[in-house]
Amino acid sequence: MNNALLEVENLNVALDGEKILENLSFQVEKGEILTVLGANGAGKSVLLRTLLNLLPHEGNIFWHQKQKVGYLPQGLNQLRVKNLPLTVSDFFGLKNQVPAEEEIKSFLKLVGLEEDILSKRAGSLSGGQFQRMLVAWVLISRPNVIFFDEPTTGIDIGGGETIYSLLHSIWEKEKLTIFLVTHDLNIVYKHSTNVLCLNRKGHYCFGAPKEILNPEMLKQIFGAEIKLYEHH
Amino acid sequence: MPIQFILTLISGIFIGGVGGYLGTLMLSKKMSVVAGPLAHLALPGVALALIFGFSISLGAFPFVILGAILIWILEKKTKLPMENLAAIIFASGVGTALLILPIGKAEEALVGNITKITPQETLITVLLGLLVFYIIGRIYKKMMLMNIYEDVAVVEGVNTSLYNLLYLLIIAIVVALGVYLVGGLITAALIAVPAASAKNISKGLSGYKLAAVIFGAISAAGGIVIAKFVELPTGPLVIVFGAILFLISVVFHKKAY
Repeated sequence: MNNALLEVENLNVALDGEKILENLSFQVEKGEILTVLGANGAGKSVLLRTLLNLLPHEGNIFWHQKQKVGYLPQGLNQLRVKNLPLTVSDFFGLKNQVPAEEEIKSFLKLVGLEEDILSKRAGSLSGGQFQRMLVAWVLISRPNVIFFDEPTTGIDIGGGETIYSLLHSIWEKEKLTIFLVTHDLNIVYKHSTNVLCLNRKGHYCFGAPKEILNPEMLKQIFGAEIKLYEHH
Repeated sequence: MPIQFILTLISGIFIGGVGGYLGTLMLSKKMSVVAGPLAHLALPGVALALIFGFSISLGAFPFVILGAILIWILEKKTKLPMENLAAIIFASGVGTALLILPIGKAEEALVGNITKITPQETLITVLLGLLVFYIIGRIYKKMMLMNIYEDVAVVEGVNTSLYNLLYLLIIAIVVALGVYLVGGLITAALIAVPAASAKNISKGLSGYKLAAVIFGAISAAGGIVIAKFVELPTGPLVIVFGAILFLISVVFHKKAY
């Protein structure tokens, strides 16, 4: 049985005349966690946004079936709603289909938040709480594909760990496909099925983390010696 | 009470209320810089209306609509920052108006003439006010999500280009109505001030919207009533009254969370 979810062929993306992605091809199967790895400016976020059809591109992006997509961009954090008169409950009310209060509460519980957070201002949450709230906000629409762009920016190490463990447990339960951008190599080992690495020179690699992530490859991606501790 | 005063009061309350409501959407910097230049773009239209003796809203409206579409297209095409476009359009609007505006009529163009509003104009104001209320209500959530993070709104299925255009058109209608109440120079305050006051005292979205509508309506009514007793123009009094309410809201500003 063909389990393919997404096929990308010869993808080219240029922004303001500068080539960001060149002749990129890869495949993603249902239920995978694909981690996109690369140095700053290698085009990780651009790739995610292109796959979401937010940017103009050349080449083929073929989704098998119409997917219900959830997206957590890198820049959406509590600072975006700071000082807005917007409670967490209001924030859920911005969804296209407003979920029932009971449902919101159960999703908040799922991501480890208390239900009394509903009446708090979204902008007053801590970075970690806000990220969890966003995870619930995305999951409540029951997507089958989630795009997660550096979810732990600005969150302390412990907070980042729990966000990833949370995603991992939901992934196991719900059979989601996850596209993840991260700098954190430990996370890559622990949580991803496949890795797609990008670098500015247009070299790509694609495969299971253990097959492709060796010191030599990492040097190619990040351009410097990186020590790697393998996790099990 | 003379009928003229009642007409003035009714249209003032509607314009003030709808201005306050619209203002609550102007949370992002991008949006809050649009209303000002659009209002100034109304000035040449107002000048023409005064020269040829027709209703100033009627004069303002086509200019503001044109300006709204112009900003929409220019932003899509040139990718210039909104502030930049706003400055260009602001200057062109005021410049053109000053060229053609008869100096004797300058006051009416700059600070409005709501006290001369006719019954027909009042009716149109009320109907347009209701229409704008309805449309804002319909697009509110999606606009708010776009203000917070446009890409997420797109993924949630919002046609952002269409909504931006609708939004600009609504601003155009409200600005054209606002020109009646306070003139072409300070219309932006009609939209910005009540929302700012409301933001000071509200914790959640529904309270914020309601407070902004009430602040807008009270500012208009207050300015109009005061103007009846003192020999001063109505428009500026409405804005000053609104500003005083804003100062009071600052005093009551609590960390609502």
